[in-house]
Amino acid sequence: MTMTSKPRLMQGNEACVEGAIAAGMRFYAGYPITPSTEIAEIAAERLPKVGGKFIQMEDEIASMGAVIGASLAGLKAMTATSGPGFSLKQENIGFACLTEVPCVVVDVQRGGPSTGQPTLPAQGDVMQARWGTHGDHPIITLSPSYVREVFDMTIRAFNLSEKYRVPCILLMDEVVGHLRERVELPDPASIKIINRKRPDLSKIEYYNPYQDYDGDGIPPMVNFGEGVPYHVTGLIHDITGFPSTKPEVTEYLISRLMRKINDNLDEIIDYEKFYTEDSETVVVSFGSTARSVIRAVKILRREGQKVGMLRLKTIWPFPHKAIQELPPTTKNIIVAEMNFGQLIEVVGASAKGRFNVIGLNKYNGELISPDEVIAKVREVNKNA
Amino acid sequence: MMEERVEIRLSGSGGQGLILAGIILAEAAILDGKNAVQSQSYGPEARGGASRAEVVISNDEIDYPKVTKPQVILALTNEALNKFKDNLAPDGIIIIDSSVKKADTPYKIVQLPIIETARDRIGRSMVANIVAVGVITALTKVVSREAVERAILKRVPKGTEELNKKALYAGYELVNQLT
Repeated sequence: MTMTSKPRLMQGNEACVEGAIAAGMRFYAGYPITPSTEIAEIAAERLPKVGGKFIQMEDEIASMGAVIGASLAGLKAMTATSGPGFSLKQENIGFACLTEVPCVVVDVQRGGPSTGQPTLPAQGDVMQARWGTHGDHPIITLSPSYVREVFDMTIRAFNLSEKYRVPCILLMDEVVGHLRERVELPDPASIKIINRKRPDLSKIEYYNPYQDYDGDGIPPMVNFGEGVPYHVTGLIHDITGFPSTKPEVTEYLISRLMRKINDNLDEIIDYEKFYTEDSETVVVSFGSTARSVIRAVKILRREGQKVGMLRLKTIWPFPHKAIQELPPTTKNIIVAEMNFGQLIEVVGASAKGRFNVIGLNKYNGELISPDEVIAKVREVNKNA
Repeated sequence: MMEERVEIRLSGSGGQGLILAGIILAEAAILDGKNAVQSQSYGPEARGGASRAEVVISNDEIDYPKVTKPQVILALTNEALNKFKDNLAPDGIIIIDSSVKKADTPYKIVQLPIIETARDRIGRSMVANIVAVGVITALTKVVSREAVERAILKRVPKGTEELNKKALYAGYELVNQLT
């Protein structure tokens, strides 16, 4: 992307709205909650100016419902919340997964559980982003570390959501949501936008809303209200969209939903490797915590310590290959996260005993500091 | 070598406009062609309660965005001073309001009537944050005067530009009177 805009001071939550509008968001429904409130506030101001609609709903459940409805009717739609609201949205997120309605859900994480700590950062919703709604379901989760990255990742969240007809979670945290940072935004003309696939109705005698016409597992989508009636249900359904209890229909649908993600891992998964080539210890991190890790790695490298970082930009689907392809020099993996230990479970499963997997966890409402990362790396290298 | 990094911590209570002051300093640094981040920390209350804004300014990329060893601390309440007075960079300075009780610290303390100046000289205690921005700019030169003035005009509510400029100049003057 080429830079054209002048450098400006922008907040993470503001960058989220700007990215969403650049991606084509024209509908937002939400119920404001700290630390995501600025997203609703700025969306309310910006959307009418670009011909979009903003609705403050009565609660998070209704917000998620409105987002699904708007997307079915053809608008790119988003909602934003934090932990307590993310819990409430889960039922309808599951509905969007099964009915394959593209949408973006932003969760600016704060301390939990329950009302927790509204103004303090945490990364405790990692597992909720994957398994917050029940049943086997596909989901994509992205996690930005920088304000500029919030802009780019919100666009990417819409693109992936539209392309694969799957809800995409943008998993932010209080630090990156509230942080104001110098950014230069790309020229709008250089931004790649993906829109949902539509059927060629002239070649189709009768449109089945859930038929895999192209063999890629992604049914083309007709917008509601365009004169092609179809049925949308949260019950397991066949290609016509009507409920079915047949084992073969059930198995086909669930596998197709999962295949949309699993066949496209290389496109969906994104991560950054930092000094991993010859590392003995690699720190795995994401979101704002990764910024502390980068600083720690820079300092430790100056001392000659063989340490690197793997920053996960896509959290779900989990980048197993990135872990398994760490160089033969790697003995230890430290998983730094602002929670009691969530992502470490998956890293451990991925490591399959090849690496020592050690947690660096903080759950006191404060960002993990570079000093804490440095101390942990020294401890691990000493014991190795 | 570590990159040149200046850290500023503005501390006091909610409603004193510290976050806006932080935004203005960060914006001014960007206008000066530098890199800057601003973060904040506050409780769930809308007014009152401890509040702080932090600014990091650097010529380089800013990785860790929080303040650990600030070169400059502004403390507008006793609570803020006592919480942060012992943790600065070696040459750090602490700027406190005249309503704040001095405390023991190995660092240099500069005490100025910031809130009183806003209330009595400008006529609005609300602009104490901008008086403080003037004090920090004149005392530490972390941002240029031209940039800070432009940043203020960009960020304060329409119709209050003159009031805020007066507050900024009053801050400069407080520092001039020190010598």
